[in-house]
Amino acid sequence: MQVKSMFFKQSASMKLDDPALQESLRKFKGKFVDARARAVAEVDAWEAVRSHAARLRDRTIANLDAYLVEFERNATRRGAQVHWAETAEEACTIIAEIARANGVKKVTKSKSMVSEEVNLNDKLEAAGIKVVETDLGEYILQLANEPPSHIVAPAVHKSKEEVADLFQAAHHKPRLTDIPAMTREAREALREHFLTADMGISGSNFVIAETGTTLTVTNEGNADLVTTVPRIHCVITGIEKVIPTLEDFATLIRLLPRSATGQAIANYLTLTTGTRAPGETDGPEQMHIVLVDAGRSKFLGGDMEAMLRCIRCGACMNHCPVYQNVGGHAYGWVYPGPMGSVLTPTYVGIENAGDLPNAATFCGECAVVCPVKIPLPDLMRKLREKQFDLKLRPWSERAGVVMWSYAARRPKLYAALTKVAARVASWMGGRNKLIHSLPGLDGWTKGRDMPAPEGKTFRELYRESQKRKASSAEGRR
Amino acid sequence: MNADNSRARILARIRKAQGRPGGKPTEAEFDMIRTAMAEHEIGPLPGIALPPDQLAQFRSECARQGSTYAEVGGYGDVPGEVAGYLDRLGLEKRVVLWPELANLEWGAAGIAIDNRPAQGSDRTGITGCFCAIAETGTVLLLSSPSQPKATALLPETHVCIVRRSRLVDTMEEAFAMLRNERGEPPRATFFISGPSRTADIEQTIVVGAHGPYRVHVILVP
Repeated sequence: MQVKSMFFKQSASMKLDDPALQESLRKFKGKFVDARARAVAEVDAWEAVRSHAARLRDRTIANLDAYLVEFERNATRRGAQVHWAETAEEACTIIAEIARANGVKKVTKSKSMVSEEVNLNDKLEAAGIKVVETDLGEYILQLANEPPSHIVAPAVHKSKEEVADLFQAAHHKPRLTDIPAMTREAREALREHFLTADMGISGSNFVIAETGTTLTVTNEGNADLVTTVPRIHCVITGIEKVIPTLEDFATLIRLLPRSATGQAIANYLTLTTGTRAPGETDGPEQMHIVLVDAGRSKFLGGDMEAMLRCIRCGACMNHCPVYQNVGGHAYGWVYPGPMGSVLTPTYVGIENAGDLPNAATFCGECAVVCPVKIPLPDLMRKLREKQFDLKLRPWSERAGVVMWSYAARRPKLYAALTKVAARVASWMGGRNKLIHSLPGLDGWTKGRDMPAPEGKTFRELYRESQKRKASSAEGRR
Repeated sequence: MNADNSRARILARIRKAQGRPGGKPTEAEFDMIRTAMAEHEIGPLPGIALPPDQLAQFRSECARQGSTYAEVGGYGDVPGEVAGYLDRLGLEKRVVLWPELANLEWGAAGIAIDNRPAQGSDRTGITGCFCAIAETGTVLLLSSPSQPKATALLPETHVCIVRRSRLVDTMEEAFAMLRNERGEPPRATFFISGPSRTADIEQTIVVGAHGPYRVHVILVP
């Protein structure tokens, strides 16, 4: 997917003024939030499970290379071929080459965010291969030629009416607006593809080192068809997805569906280990697993490493007031919400991700709901600091911070300046105690008023209250 | 394309970033992670994973996942139960099934069987399972030549037969059983919790996305 994160501010403004999108977001807002809250309340040991999961992810990442090679060894032993891709381009080239070598004409895909990252569909289509997305949301977006706006519910920004138009055009049938009937029509259209594809491409929520297993988590069952029917199965996933054992999967799967959609478990979990056994009537004859770096290793070793724990549940975006109001497309790349504000600048370069680390109210909810305890607001703050150090913020903002820090380190000067500022701002607020515009900060006041201060600084008020206390204590004596 | 170099470079980059010398994992590191994995440490189990009444938990979770549930007195009663179930829903009494179930008295119950792997046009598929999990109302199928996954996936209705002795509390127990009896996971380790569904159009839950519309669990002693 093309990176458009530089334009977050502009696209966020446009999204706020888009009535159709706002209506879709209104319908979405709160649904996953409420469902998650109910699902989490059922698990009395939620915090203990979360801590265990965070520790097990950290422990694996601390020996990432050994776990990856162990996974490779076991997957290979079971008949899969493991490929390593340093970059997005390399991942695409590997898969296109597998398709070419095997005369693949048609590919069915289950939802994979890594494949969105690397633009896999474009690459395969350029090679003359028909690619069919089979997750209903992704299928809708493929018809609309749009990127996903949510990692779990990719077509959350689309209304039923828009989907009805897309289906009518694609299926050449009378326009339906009944959602179950629309779903059945898509089922019938896709069933044909499931049964005739030469290659299935899936992601893998985790890969299991001890057993050489890849796996999919879905409600629709599309991944199960994609990984079972075609003669070739190709997995594309990130190098950070490795976990040690089946037991670790059992722990993580208590967290993932609950955090994502509020389900106790997803309808289908399929662990795929190797190729079709002798005598079997289904399952692929060839299995390829592409392990993709494409920026992930940049998180290692530094103060951002905790981000590699991420299990892609989407809880951070569901609970983010910024996401809830602008939707996923404003973020300009595959991963929206707080997760994207940390991933995108690191994957695609901080200079290409403009305002993303600032797309936050710092309410802290994302860290509270993260099932693997990633301190997302802290990571965004670190990225802000990095942007400041690299002089990537506007000069006015940097000048402001420099001046503030000069004053803040000189208590007497700071007291004097704030004393004046508090009085001026109070006067500016007038009778309504609201400031309608601030010189130099008009970007902030354009959309809202700033409440005016009372006229005295906190330190003045504190000193006065201390004095009052002292004199009343004296009076009692 | 230089695939081997990419592998070497990724591994070296990981080690460099984390301050470990050399370009690839050492034998000591492999020993350490293998020892850790061999412990098969289990994470904290919530109360729902330790139900006082396992069967009651399984039944209520099946219902929550949208599966229907029945108990019969023995394998001999399965065809009758299936016939009644298909009749109630007005479904055709023709099923595709796993070979291990082909010897039941299906004809006497008025059911025609196809003893072969499922195809796209089959309406009802009947399978057994490796075990079932009470915590989440889940059945676990392991793939093998005589137990194809497609039978549980392609038809619109899936009937799954669960033996009481194969009901466990948690996924962790299921994995322990798998390791004891099979050594390691087969090609497909398939956890099914209710019928296929989607909520991709306006978050409206619709059952029967790509897999079955109905899952019917039959418990036998």
